[in-house]
Amino acid sequence: MTTVPTKTRPSLSSVLHSSIAAVRNINLRAYGMIIALVLIMILFQVLNVSLQNENFITPLNITNVILQNSYILILAIGMMLVIVNGHIDLSVGSVLAFCGAMSAIALSDWNWPWYAAVIFAVGLGALIGVWQAFWIAYVRIPAFIVTLAGMLIFRGLTLKVLDAETKGTNGTFNELASGYQFLGVDLQMPTLVVGVVGAALFVFFSVRSRNRQVKAGIAGSSQIAWLIKTGAIAAVVLLAAYTFYSYKGLPIIGWILLGLVLLFTFIANRTVFGRHVYAGGGNEKAAMLSGVKTKQTTFWVFVIMGALAGLAGVIVTARLHAATPGAGNAFELSAIASAFIGGASVTGGVGTIIGAVIGGLVMGVLNQGMQVLGIATDTVQIILGLVVLAAVLFDVWNKKRSTGGGLMPPIVGTTPGGSGADKSKSPGDSAKEPAKAGAK
Amino acid sequence: MSEDILRMRGITKRFPGVLALSGVELGVKRATIHALVGENGAGKSTLMKILSGVYAHGDFDGEIEFDGEPAQFRNIRDSEAAGVVIIHQELALVGELSIAENIFLGNERKTGPVISWSRTNTEAARLMTKVGLLDNPATLVEKIGVGKQQLVEIAKALSKDVKLLILDEPTSALNDSDSENLLELLRQLRKEGVTSIIISHKLGEVLSVADRITVLRDGKSIETLENADNAVSEDRLIKSMVGRDLEHLYPPHEPKIGKIFFEVKDWTVHHPEQRERIIVNKAAINVARGEIVGLAGIMGAGRTEFAMSVFGRSWGSNISGQASMDGKALHLRNVPEAIDAGLAYATEDRKHYGLHLDYDLRENFTLPGLSRLSKRGVVDQDKVNAVSERLRKEFGVKAPSVYQLAGNLSGGNQQKIVLGKWVFTEPELLILDEPTRGIDVGAKYEIYELIHKLVDQGKGVLMISSELPELLGMCDRIYAMSAGHITGQVDRANATQEELMRLMTLETASGGEELRQ
Repeated sequence: MTTVPTKTRPSLSSVLHSSIAAVRNINLRAYGMIIALVLIMILFQVLNVSLQNENFITPLNITNVILQNSYILILAIGMMLVIVNGHIDLSVGSVLAFCGAMSAIALSDWNWPWYAAVIFAVGLGALIGVWQAFWIAYVRIPAFIVTLAGMLIFRGLTLKVLDAETKGTNGTFNELASGYQFLGVDLQMPTLVVGVVGAALFVFFSVRSRNRQVKAGIAGSSQIAWLIKTGAIAAVVLLAAYTFYSYKGLPIIGWILLGLVLLFTFIANRTVFGRHVYAGGGNEKAAMLSGVKTKQTTFWVFVIMGALAGLAGVIVTARLHAATPGAGNAFELSAIASAFIGGASVTGGVGTIIGAVIGGLVMGVLNQGMQVLGIATDTVQIILGLVVLAAVLFDVWNKKRSTGGGLMPPIVGTTPGGSGADKSKSPGDSAKEPAKAGAK
Repeated sequence: MSEDILRMRGITKRFPGVLALSGVELGVKRATIHALVGENGAGKSTLMKILSGVYAHGDFDGEIEFDGEPAQFRNIRDSEAAGVVIIHQELALVGELSIAENIFLGNERKTGPVISWSRTNTEAARLMTKVGLLDNPATLVEKIGVGKQQLVEIAKALSKDVKLLILDEPTSALNDSDSENLLELLRQLRKEGVTSIIISHKLGEVLSVADRITVLRDGKSIETLENADNAVSEDRLIKSMVGRDLEHLYPPHEPKIGKIFFEVKDWTVHHPEQRERIIVNKAAINVARGEIVGLAGIMGAGRTEFAMSVFGRSWGSNISGQASMDGKALHLRNVPEAIDAGLAYATEDRKHYGLHLDYDLRENFTLPGLSRLSKRGVVDQDKVNAVSERLRKEFGVKAPSVYQLAGNLSGGNQQKIVLGKWVFTEPELLILDEPTRGIDVGAKYEIYELIHKLVDQGKGVLMISSELPELLGMCDRIYAMSAGHITGQVDRANATQEELMRLMTLETASGGEELRQ
């Protein structure tokens, strides 16, 4: 269940269809990535069938993509908020390892029940987030530095608490990462039911919101575009539900992910906090002068990131049935890559939760697909690297096309051309930033 | 050698969906100062971008003849090689480098591959003397005021053997004395054979400095006026620019002034980094309901700093003094508290401090007032949409829909968004910092009307402006500020430019420019 039936950030998704200006807008990339994801899957399907006479798009393979990438996706959700807010977090791999190790210790050495170990790990992650957030938000040390330090600190602490050894885990805890039954309830049928209900609810809310916009006279897109979009998303939801259902149902971790995506999409789009995360990342000074408590917002973004890293630590540990000193190595890079592939802007202020998840899935599917084809890991890495570069390249190109270099006049306003063309330059991409004379 | 250094014929430039320039004709005589005027969006900057090669030859229709030869510039490098140098409104200087380095940036004085610092500095010093810049060439550009930075740009142009100097709004960020210096320098350069094209919204200075004036309107060249003997009047020029008679520059207004409701006393603000430096010194002002109060001062006098420090301590350190509204003391620690208390501050710097250019109208309109549109932290998107649409219409923002990105709008429309977003927070006192900077005559008029509407509702407005005629035309009372002190106030009946100028430059004013940094 990857394409979740929520509205994307309205300001972005609705803008997409609205006008010429909107078409050149940022979300092109996130939508492009959905299409890219589908194309990649079809490509592997064709390759697999022709080379190995096997299907690639099977319920098993799809389920495996989720299972194998779940923790990256969890990290990517938090990383998207961090990047949108204009920061970066290099410590998540180490924080994940440390929280995972502590949860394994709580479970195996202290004999805590599984849920206590999970809450402990998430809480610990949040606390680590508080520590880092303090330096970043209030002391204003660049996040790059603080989290680089964190990367070393928490890797070291992981080695310390584990004595550089592996700590095994067992029982319900391990089910979190790969189980298909939760507290004895089989999740196969619920997968189908929730899929159908979810699609129906999505259509219902979509229609309601559309009607209100039309009534207010500000419908953003044409009727056709809206119909296609709504129909496509509902279809994907149904298809995904059916696919998972045909194997063993959506695994527990899939439900956790689904919940996180819905929750954080809601937070990002529909809460004051979420809008402030964007506003602060898009133009911190303007946000501050508009009454946004930018420091406080940044603080909570890093606390959330920490908690999610803690949760990812639990999942990694549960999946391996053990906490290992090297767990989560370089995961921060995968999470950052997911966010950028999924439409985050390098300058902050732009990106969606669903985009981050799709970015993570693009990487996951590429990985899985090439593995199935028997391509060596070295080649896989090279290709993944190129994909990240291409995604950001697309962002740069897209920005240039829409705003940069005076290539485009203002669409509206007074008459075309003129100084308005300069005004459309975004604050981030001006190579010729003036000396900021007279700026305070 | 022909009399015209530049002839542009039939220049037509299309952008996707719009015709930016259509058959523009421009002839510039050698060793003259030629002004290019027109409302925002008339096509002035586009025309200059074509001339300077920003839009390459072939990207537009029409012919350019420069210095007697057909010019086919493919980029800025080409045009600079021919002797055309453009200085943009936003200066292209690197603040962390010295004046000398900036002058020769991309054109370094070197011996072999090694930069020759002695030549760099001596040649820089020579060029700097020429433009009247007496600082040490090794001074960092960020340490000098914006007026001097303009001079650095001109020195840089001179280092490239400029024949035609294009200045886009050179004085928009300068105070009157710096502006006068700059214009004097242009006259000086004219004597030495350098031709200048100046784009400006300040018609007074255009009329005082330009030999000829070409008016652009809606992408067409309307006429070229001879002004060698200052024969053109401002009214004549405005009429030509807007294509209609503009009865008055300021809309008529009958003030309904109530009781004084907002007061600041003993307000002292220190520089945020250099904490021992006093930027605002025991300032005291008050504003009555329904009143438009002006705050005049040369750049660096501390007007913006004063306003921002009052607005929830958003600038400065060691802020002391008393503020009160309706007799109740205000203790504002941050911007959210200031907004809650009924203050609003619309910044002088729309692009950097005022708007999210990458976001649409809805996001921009509702950001400061988002809590009004949400319940328990959850935003009501329908309300956001409805409010944005209402504000778009109310403030006459010329955008096809609320989904339009703020960055794609003209300056005047952006300013209306800034006003709209603050009016939505229902402030009692609205502080407007340079509300009409860089916007055209028509849009100014609309902004003025919006301000009148606000005070008619019993709100108070504190208006900071560098344009004295604007203060005189709009304000019921004007405070003058000089080097951090409020040096006096004049009411509408007695206000003259001369009196304000006298107060603005009173004793402490020395070194006002440096204070800014």
